[in-house]
Amino acid sequence: MSSVRVLVGTRKGAFILSADGKRKQWTVNGPFFAGWEIYHAKGSPADPNRLYASQSSGWFGQTMQRSDDGGATWAPVGNKFTYDGIPGTHQWYDGTPHPWEFKRVWHLEPSLTDADTVYAGVEDAALFKSSDGGGHWEELAGLRQHGTGPHWQPGAGGMCLHTILLDPDNPQRMYIAISAAGAFRTDDGGKNWKPINKGLVSNFMPDPTAEVGHCVHHVAMHRSRPEVLFMQKHWDVMRSDNAGDSWQEVSGNLPTDFGFAIDVHAHEPDTLYVVPIKSDSEHFVPEGKLRVFRSRTGGNEWEPLTQGLPQKDCYVNVLRDAMAVDQLDACGVYFGTSGGQVYASADAGDSWMPIVRDLPAVLSVEVQTLEQ
Amino acid sequence: MSDSRGAGRVRVILPYHLRMLAGVGAEVPLEVAAPVTAARVLDALEARYPMLRGTIREYETGQRRAFLRFFVCEEDWSHEGMDAELPEKVAKGEEPLLILGAIAGG
Repeated sequence: MSSVRVLVGTRKGAFILSADGKRKQWTVNGPFFAGWEIYHAKGSPADPNRLYASQSSGWFGQTMQRSDDGGATWAPVGNKFTYDGIPGTHQWYDGTPHPWEFKRVWHLEPSLTDADTVYAGVEDAALFKSSDGGGHWEELAGLRQHGTGPHWQPGAGGMCLHTILLDPDNPQRMYIAISAAGAFRTDDGGKNWKPINKGLVSNFMPDPTAEVGHCVHHVAMHRSRPEVLFMQKHWDVMRSDNAGDSWQEVSGNLPTDFGFAIDVHAHEPDTLYVVPIKSDSEHFVPEGKLRVFRSRTGGNEWEPLTQGLPQKDCYVNVLRDAMAVDQLDACGVYFGTSGGQVYASADAGDSWMPIVRDLPAVLSVEVQTLEQ
Repeated sequence: MSDSRGAGRVRVILPYHLRMLAGVGAEVPLEVAAPVTAARVLDALEARYPMLRGTIREYETGQRRAFLRFFVCEEDWSHEGMDAELPEKVAKGEEPLLILGAIAGG
């Protein structure tokens, strides 16, 4: 019998939501690390009992947590993130040079094959790697030092490296994304990087098609087709069919193409999910309706999914790491809101139910599909 | 109290969240060699509880994190510098070094 474990990071702690494969009856455990911001928690594909969590606080800075028993118990691990060499400067909001300063870990991406290897995307934007289960962290400095780093600039939420995608077919290839610098790819395990932003248009930039400076919000791929990428940008939903070498817009008939979250169905590589947000000035769903939009055509043609979701007086946001899919059949889809609700669909989005309604604001949602 | 080598038992009171992180009670006793300074107290604290590294003072600079304060003997010691010798009552364990976070909402 399969089961699912949903890892939820919130403004005030982490929660673990568990259910059997029917995904109807849920157990809620937590809060873990009560009172701390949990930007992200994620399990290892190589060992589902191995979990990593980013725990941070404006008072106490960054700490890191690891569980070896599926979240029943946790222990602090290494929290020293030191940039390689002299970090130099990036651009500040006003365009002046500003020194690189570590603030927090936004995203954790465990290796697909080794439970002790995990990547961390941090603010100010950089990529770190641990090969000892989070004990020590080393920067993959080729990203920050490849040449465009001095031109990167923070978005309103900070200059964060928030997306890390590992290519399941090619261990040397990975993708990352930074707000507001854009998307980048390495083909040699993180030594060398290049911007992959051709086709992105960002009208807030002096040159809307510049090589870097784009506010990419999130990128997703399907594991069976890792050269195809889907992106939710600040504005615009984009698609690449050549590993990011070029992008085309697939926003199509979405009511607004601003948003944060994007994900791909577990078994249908052309089925996508986004949650349109009204605008960059009004970070809530449009028309007071919480709607997930699904495309079964790899973009351009979208249908609203509303059954079980509030369709009036709803003004929540869904952040970039707050949507995930499980691997069951039918595919389960999950997302969390700024209002503290975590919704689940056990039928690929056709209908939804809240697992919990009253958590602190949700920052991240990840799902583990467990075979027992 | 202090022993013949000049090591004294210093008492440190941590804020709630750091107690939870380190799994300790309200007050942590530490053996600290003279001269007793905030830096030496924190060296001893972090040696015993490595998970507290980086949470009270910055890794890069060794300085107190901005939203934390050090109080001793009913005085704000936050700006005295990490290497300033703490009052004798703290060195002898008669008074604690109180580490606390700034009051904030949210």
